[in-house]
Amino acid sequence: MSEERPKRIAIIALNGTMDQAYPPLILASAAVAMDMEAAIFFSFYGLEIIKKNSNLKVSPIANPAAPAPVGNFRVPNIVGMLPGMTDIATLMMKSWMDKAGVASYQKLLEMCIKSGVRMIGCQMTMDVMGVKKEDFVDGIEIGGAATFLDYAADSDISLAF
Amino acid sequence: MQVAKVLDCKGKCCPEPILDIKTAMGEVKSGDVVEMQATDAGSVADMASWAKRTGNTIVEQKQDGTVYTFYVKKK
Repeated sequence: MSEERPKRIAIIALNGTMDQAYPPLILASAAVAMDMEAAIFFSFYGLEIIKKNSNLKVSPIANPAAPAPVGNFRVPNIVGMLPGMTDIATLMMKSWMDKAGVASYQKLLEMCIKSGVRMIGCQMTMDVMGVKKEDFVDGIEIGGAATFLDYAADSDISLAF
Repeated sequence: MQVAKVLDCKGKCCPEPILDIKTAMGEVKSGDVVEMQATDAGSVADMASWAKRTGNTIVEQKQDGTVYTFYVKKK
């Protein structure tokens, strides 16, 4: 489309579970593929998404829609508290995703960085949680509220996950 | 139709076909046609939206069983 400037999406990623890592990474990478500009501001547990060798999991706790370990049997939510249930839920989700041909979130992260999505780690929450810039994969910039707002002020779409 | 490049996205799902077609567009000249094959049923709607946004044209598309084929002309 012939616009003055490209459309722009500004995303905040606050969560560090595997399922919640997908929406920001999918939307940002797809936006760039649609000739838009995209940035993701990673804060709080969202910082886990951009760590080197991250191993995000699916939480079965407080998640009644978590993957069922046996067929379609919906286990009582309290079972999610048992040791090992987080790993089981994660394995179930990964096997579903493999079957459907979904890219890993690590691959999408790489694609976001490679395609020029602005990836911003939140300095304040890094300090709170003892996270260093070296803990992140390459291609992450560090910033704060003003950095995000400066970008988001000129954006057409803003989302928080 | 003369096809400059064939892109196989079969077995991939959202958002990869869109990311791949974007990459493929960068590898051909303006006016060239890229043939893209996908099995993701969502790619029918997604390719239309992608084309509308990027200004490229889907000159032809067809479905053969579970395989969708798009012919995309670069703007």
